[in-house]
Amino acid sequence: MMRGCSSRTKIAQNQDRAVCMTNCPTLIVTVGLPARGKTYISKKLTRYLNWIGVPTREFNVGQYRRECVKIYKSFEFFRPDNEEGLKIRRQCASAALNDVRQYLTEEGGQVAVFDATNTTRERRETIIQFAEQNGFKVFFVESVCEDPDVIQENIVQVKLGSPDYTNCNTEEAVEDFMKRIKCYENSYETLDEVLDRDLSYIKIMDVGQRYLVNRVLDHIQSRIVYYLMNIHITPRSIYLCRHGESELNVNGRIGGDSGLTPRGKEFGKKLSQFILEQGISDLKVWTSQMKRTIQTAEALNVPYEQWKVLNEIDAGVCEEMMYEEIQDHYPLEFALRDQDKYRYRYPKGESYEDLVQRLEPVIMELERQENVLVVCHQAVMRCLLAYFLDKTAEELPYLKCPLHTVLKLTPVAYGCKVESISLNVDAVDTHRERPENVDVSRMSEEALLTVPAHQ
Amino acid sequence: MNSAPVCMTNCPTLIVTVGLPARGKTYISKKLTRYLNWIGVPTREFNVGQYRRECVKIYKSFEFFRPDNEEGLKIRRQCASAALNDVRQYLTEEGGQVAVFDATNTTRERRETIIQFAEQNGFKVFFVESVCEDPDVIQENIVVSLGSPDYTNCNTEEAVEDFMKRIKCYENSYETLDEVLDRDLSYIKIMDVGQRYLVNRVLDHIQSRIVYYLMNIHITPRSIYLCRHGESELNVNGRIGGDSGLTPRGKEFGKKLSQFILEQGISDLKVWTSQMKRTIQTAEALNVPYEQWKVLNEIDAGVCEEMMYEEIQDHYPLEFALRDQDKYRYRYPKGESYEDLVQRLEPVIMELERQENVLVVCHQAVMRCLLAYFLDKTAEELPYLKCPLHTVLKLTPVAYGCKVESISLNVDAVDTHRERPEVGITHTHTHTHTHTHTHTHGTTELHCASAKCTIMQRITSWNEQVYCKASLLLRLLFEGIFRLLLYRTAEAMKGRRSELNLRRCDKAFVHGAHALPGELSRCPCKAKALKT
Repeated sequence: MMRGCSSRTKIAQNQDRAVCMTNCPTLIVTVGLPARGKTYISKKLTRYLNWIGVPTREFNVGQYRRECVKIYKSFEFFRPDNEEGLKIRRQCASAALNDVRQYLTEEGGQVAVFDATNTTRERRETIIQFAEQNGFKVFFVESVCEDPDVIQENIVQVKLGSPDYTNCNTEEAVEDFMKRIKCYENSYETLDEVLDRDLSYIKIMDVGQRYLVNRVLDHIQSRIVYYLMNIHITPRSIYLCRHGESELNVNGRIGGDSGLTPRGKEFGKKLSQFILEQGISDLKVWTSQMKRTIQTAEALNVPYEQWKVLNEIDAGVCEEMMYEEIQDHYPLEFALRDQDKYRYRYPKGESYEDLVQRLEPVIMELERQENVLVVCHQAVMRCLLAYFLDKTAEELPYLKCPLHTVLKLTPVAYGCKVESISLNVDAVDTHRERPENVDVSRMSEEALLTVPAHQ
Repeated sequence: MNSAPVCMTNCPTLIVTVGLPARGKTYISKKLTRYLNWIGVPTREFNVGQYRRECVKIYKSFEFFRPDNEEGLKIRRQCASAALNDVRQYLTEEGGQVAVFDATNTTRERRETIIQFAEQNGFKVFFVESVCEDPDVIQENIVVSLGSPDYTNCNTEEAVEDFMKRIKCYENSYETLDEVLDRDLSYIKIMDVGQRYLVNRVLDHIQSRIVYYLMNIHITPRSIYLCRHGESELNVNGRIGGDSGLTPRGKEFGKKLSQFILEQGISDLKVWTSQMKRTIQTAEALNVPYEQWKVLNEIDAGVCEEMMYEEIQDHYPLEFALRDQDKYRYRYPKGESYEDLVQRLEPVIMELERQENVLVVCHQAVMRCLLAYFLDKTAEELPYLKCPLHTVLKLTPVAYGCKVESISLNVDAVDTHRERPEVGITHTHTHTHTHTHTHTHGTTELHCASAKCTIMQRITSWNEQVYCKASLLLRLLFEGIFRLLLYRTAEAMKGRRSELNLRRCDKAFVHGAHALPGELSRCPCKAKALKT
């Protein structure tokens, strides 16, 4: 679990940059032939690192090339004897590295993912020198795969949709792409156990069957390796939903540990039906350790696991209060929360940022698993959703997660498809939008403007 | 119970070490066993060498290990079988979840035998191979092996010579795990003491955790310093928890700690604290950069926060008694248990393994958990480990364990250690039931107490399967009544707590580079707002 949030380490950083090696920005460099999942890994890794609070950005050299060479003609551009092509590609790589430098040194980035084939030792050496000049650490992520089915799947899933092939039919596109791969194959120098023994890298073989890990230098590299070793590409779906409507929900109160209302129980039954209809093989069900999620899961009549870390955000002194009461007793706190809902920590309670910290093992296990239903809570669900849908810290606390609605997430291409399925059981609305006026001097009415109706 | 076959993670795991002598197999086995037990996975190691020593009372020489020594081979095969038998008993009858089979296992034939044994018994197999050709490392390791009973009567040179010949006996028949031939096995190959790893077919959560752990440990010499914050205001008043500042004696400790650190002359010392005032104030006195970890915060005593033990006995005699019955698993209402603490401290342990010299300024319960990890204490011992104020524990890994030095910095402080009371506890209740639950990931079989005594059903662990519906309903009912009573008391408490909270905000905060953004925005803003 990352202990320091980025902003916290930043404050310490300005004083201690030189002392602590872990403050060196890291440059992750992908290596591999086309259609080996480099961009998939880059995007996923970037999403994960940002979610746990490490500012990360990916730099896809292919995109730079597309901006430079407006129209893609054919694989000929990638032929090793195409001088013009080589020149442009080298320029694009340089432009990308320049942006990397700017991101890591001036824009507060902590990790940059340099996504390109980088298949020759010469190209990698250039990058290593660039990193050394700028004080970045380098970590290579190589994907090696010879399974023709996997490669075909990759091409179909992601390459055909690329801007390069908008005007081709499927067969043409596949054929051209296969020739493109051939252009790289002859000069491909894979990371070698002996020749590259001084480099830090992970070599992923056959989509995660086997890994070779060399010289992991620090905490962030260790986390990256752990993450990469836990992800998979087996098709599956993740279902997220909240507990059924609870007694405290109905009274407009936050937190607490109350049981379900009759409508909440109704949701439990409807959820059970829904799960059966989905016909999912081997579904795992997870709940928190609070009554309302357990009661909801009980209605499903299947084994379920309780995770303490899935418990709702701890509202500290504001537990079980209505928003009106919070405004009454703690108007200052209420205003501060509206100003920065992600980082604001309830007195004696938690912040969304803390939540993300404690939910990290859940995310890791969700990555390992296949079909899972997570019955949780509003703030928790927002955090999990933000991970899958790559939402920022600003958006996260305002994601809409209504009661009695199931979100079905299916990984597809580089992202996640979301289906929102309402189970048609009425429930109170618990979503509070950010009010216009977040100033500490605001009037009560302004603060309570966006509070949803309740009993 | 009816759903056990569904969840694959319930299969016990057999970890099998592979490697020539003096490659750190036993070191890895013991460390892994300690880690897994600490996080709640019942694990035991089975060292075949020990079985051999019990069989062949007196070790004569390396000749025993010669590949052409029929008698020796026979005995060694028997010992391996005996060990496997004990493994089977541990995993199937004694509630073990992981067994570490520690032997050279250098031939494919021997490993095949083990794989078949595992298949017959429904165990998963995970190999951990250590490959090393660095002569310095091997020499270092041999020194550790020389401490073994085999060599009590030899001088160092003879012992080293004999051991080298012993290694030679294995070398010719050594078949390392092969990328092609062994591609269907699950294993991690550790090369050159962690420079490089080859990981193949990690099947489940526990294997993934084992791999992550093995990739984070190292053998570079270093020391870990554990201490508590200086004496705090609440300490002096005999109150638990809370977030008070240091007393003058506590501040004195901070200064003494700073001197102590300087005297130790440690290169590149990392300092970690929690996010509570008392540890931060202590670290501030050191005048070095430090990192704040929220997970190092003291155990949350829930409704009992800031109470004296006398008050807890007054208001919650039942809770107080239950806690004494099972201090490790007991969870304060609206608070945490030691078991919860261990869960949240796991990332700290992982990072401590990665780091070199570290000073951790924490709290009593937290320090007990960390200490229990390093000194391999059981769940029963953990909550009663002595961690007095103003004392630094210096832990130095040595051989297979940890050397502990306790250094008191000679600043008086109140004693906050409460031993387990002797007197037996009986209480009668209107409702009795017993409940057993099995955890799927951390598998501790928690048997509730005797039929006579009711233990409040507590959902204790991180992943649990609740099997019995009927008892769940009863439990919810009973708990509901209990919680209603607690809620009433908590309501009364809350009023008091919010008072304390406001008072706290008025007091001076520790500002500076290490305060949290949230806290910074709250405190001075609030002070300003209140002023205006």
